[in-house]
Formats: sequence, C-alpha cells, structure tokens
Amino acid sequence: MKIGVLFSGGKDSTYAAYLAKISGNEIACLISIFSKNKDSFMFHTPSIEMTKKQAEIMNLPLIIQKTEGEKEIELKDLEKAIETAIKKYKVEGIVTGALQSVYQSSRIQKICEKIGLKCFNPLWQKDEIEYLNELIDEKFKIIITAVAAYPLDERWLGKEINKRFVDDVIKLKEKYKIHPAGEGGEFETFVLDCPLFSRALKIKDKRIFGGKNSWEMKIEIE
Amino acid sequence: MKILVINTCKEPLHYYEFVKPIEDILEKNNIRFLTKHYSEISEKDLKKSTKIIICGTSLKDNQFIRDINYFNWIKNYDKPIFGICAGMQIISLIFGSKLKFKKEIGFYTENFKKRFLGLERKQEVYHLHNNYTALPRGFIQFNDGKIPQAIKYKEKEIYGVLFHPEVRNKKLILNFVIN
Repeated sequence: MKIGVLFSGGKDSTYAAYLAKISGNEIACLISIFSKNKDSFMFHTPSIEMTKKQAEIMNLPLIIQKTEGEKEIELKDLEKAIETAIKKYKVEGIVTGALQSVYQSSRIQKICEKIGLKCFNPLWQKDEIEYLNELIDEKFKIIITAVAAYPLDERWLGKEINKRFVDDVIKLKEKYKIHPAGEGGEFETFVLDCPLFSRALKIKDKRIFGGKNSWEMKIEIE
Repeated sequence: MKILVINTCKEPLHYYEFVKPIEDILEKNNIRFLTKHYSEISEKDLKKSTKIIICGTSLKDNQFIRDINYFNWIKNYDKPIFGICAGMQIISLIFGSKLKFKKEIGFYTENFKKRFLGLERKQEVYHLHNNYTALPRGFIQFNDGKIPQAIKYKEKEIYGVLFHPEVRNKKLILNFVIN
C-alpha cells in the first residue's frame, strides 16, 4: 500500500516509517508540518527544517505545510497536507508515530476518516523501555534536541539514545515520573541515522537556547 | 494456561496497533499465548487454548465482516471468549445481531450499572469504531445507554466490549484472563 508518513524527523515518526516499510508498504511521501507555535501539542519540534535533509537521504518526496499552530486551525493545515499527498502521490494510508497521546491520535484518526484514508499508528501503546531498546538494536542513531522537564537541563542536549541513556531514563522515571520515551513532551529527538537513510547525517552547527529546565538545540546538518 | 489471541486486521501494519498491545499485557504478566489471524485458526488451536481474545481492528477495516463465516466455531465453543471492538461485533453477529452505524473516536465516559470484569460505575473508556451491534438475544448489557458497550452471554463465558481496554482499563484484559 502507498502510504504517507507524518514526519517530524524525531525517533517516533522515523521508527513508525521504518515499521511501515518492513511490513511491506511503500512510503510514497513524508509530510512535515512546520508550526510557528512553540506550544503546539500537535506539531512543535525544534529542528523541523532539517526534515528536508532526512527526506533527501531517504530519497523520498517531502510535503511541507506551514501553520501558525493555533489549536484546531493547525488541523486544517494538516488536512490540506494530507490532501496534497493523495493528489500528488496517491497515498491510501497515513502513518503516525503516536505512542500514547489520544489527543494527537484521535484528531488524526478523525481527519483520515473524513478524507477516507487508512490510519496507522504502529507505535501505539508500545512499552517505552522495549521501544528504546528496539531503536538501539535496529541501529537508529538518535540525539536529544530539546528538554522541557525537571531535572533535565542543557547537559542532556546532544545526548545519544544508547544503553546508558536507557538506564538513566529508567532512574528518572522512578524518581521524577519522566516518561522514558519523552511522550509527555519531556524531551524531543532527532534521527541522524537509521536503516532508511542512505548515509548518516552529521551535525554541522548547533545553537542552544533556554534556561532552567527548558532547553532547545537548533542544529544544522550535512 | 494458554491464550489464543486472534488477529482480525487485514493490513499487517495494523498488528502493531491492535494486537501487539494485548500481547504486551499478557507477556508482562507471564501469560502464555499464541497469536493467529482468524483465517489461519485450526481446530487444534481452539482445542489447545484455555481462553480466547478476539482483538479489534482499524476504522476502515471491515474485512472481518465479509469473512464472518470464519467465526462459526464461536457458537459451539465452550471455553471463555473475550471480544474487543471488532471482536465484540463478531460475537454479536454470530449470535444473530445486526450491525449499526455509530462513529466514536477518543475518550468517552460510560456508566457500568453492573460490575463487568472489575469495571463498575462511571469509567473513562477509549473508543475507535464506526459500527456497533445491537444486543444479541441471550446476552446481558452491563452499561447504561442505547449502545451496548459491555456484554456477556447468559449461558457461557462469552464477553464483548466495544471500547479498547488495551488503551484504557488494561486490567479488564487481565481480569478476563486470570479470573
């Protein structure tokens, strides 16, 4: 089946794309929503522009839809992007990286229903520790690009998701109830390499912003 | 104890969304299970299982309705069965009920007037369905309202829920499996 992937460049949407591919589907295009709203529950992610580079090394077309990121209006923009994916790439289904957020997944389910597309959420309800270990086993190279929860601080920016990271987040879960996969918005990620990429990406430049327990790392990649 | 988990999804990618979360609940609780698609179940599978869970599927997937004859074994099966969403619709159709249209997506509050596998009074449940089935003859409805959300066959341990307990109310699955 020809599918379009809602793609942010982070671990969830990239791994969902990977599962879609190994399940026998054709990724016809990626769809990225560039939101101006830092507080959007649906789409905000720090280095969204870098999805262009990721799409390039996956040899996949990328549909970019800009949005002001206002609640519910951003859903209209998402709908527009999905309609473009149908027209241009004949997609029959949409894949998302939704893990536990009913807020996100039910809104996307409703849009797919309205347009008449199948909706796939292959990470739905996945055990977070099993998930992180799977990412490591499947050779995903993922870094942290933002943090937004105590006690995470700027020292976490750029950290790679590896076995040590998993041990650290298990402790943070026990002590501070941090979701180990960052599902509560505790951290954002960016994928530098994975089996879908033709080569690994490298960080060319980075700028760090923030304070206290809310930090972002904007990256330039090559 | 060995649970037969029945996959009702037409698309292989939907396995991760509708079957794997149920397998994870069983695995975490050291419960042995075997998963099979409904089109591949043998008499031996049915004989060897102690209980059966029939999973749900996606909004656009109605293949299981066209394939309803694969489920004729339900009528004469004597061990406990638990149907989730599509699974409940399958059970109801096999017992002569009719399919009706009602789209519900997301969290809803349902009131369980009678205790149902540990659930009682007002509870938040997760819905993802376009259809529901009228209460089949010989079944009891446990929730208030016109749409049967939780049902049980009077004569046997055959249960059905229209909502998805693998998303919210995971304990319901364990209560069926363990008790």
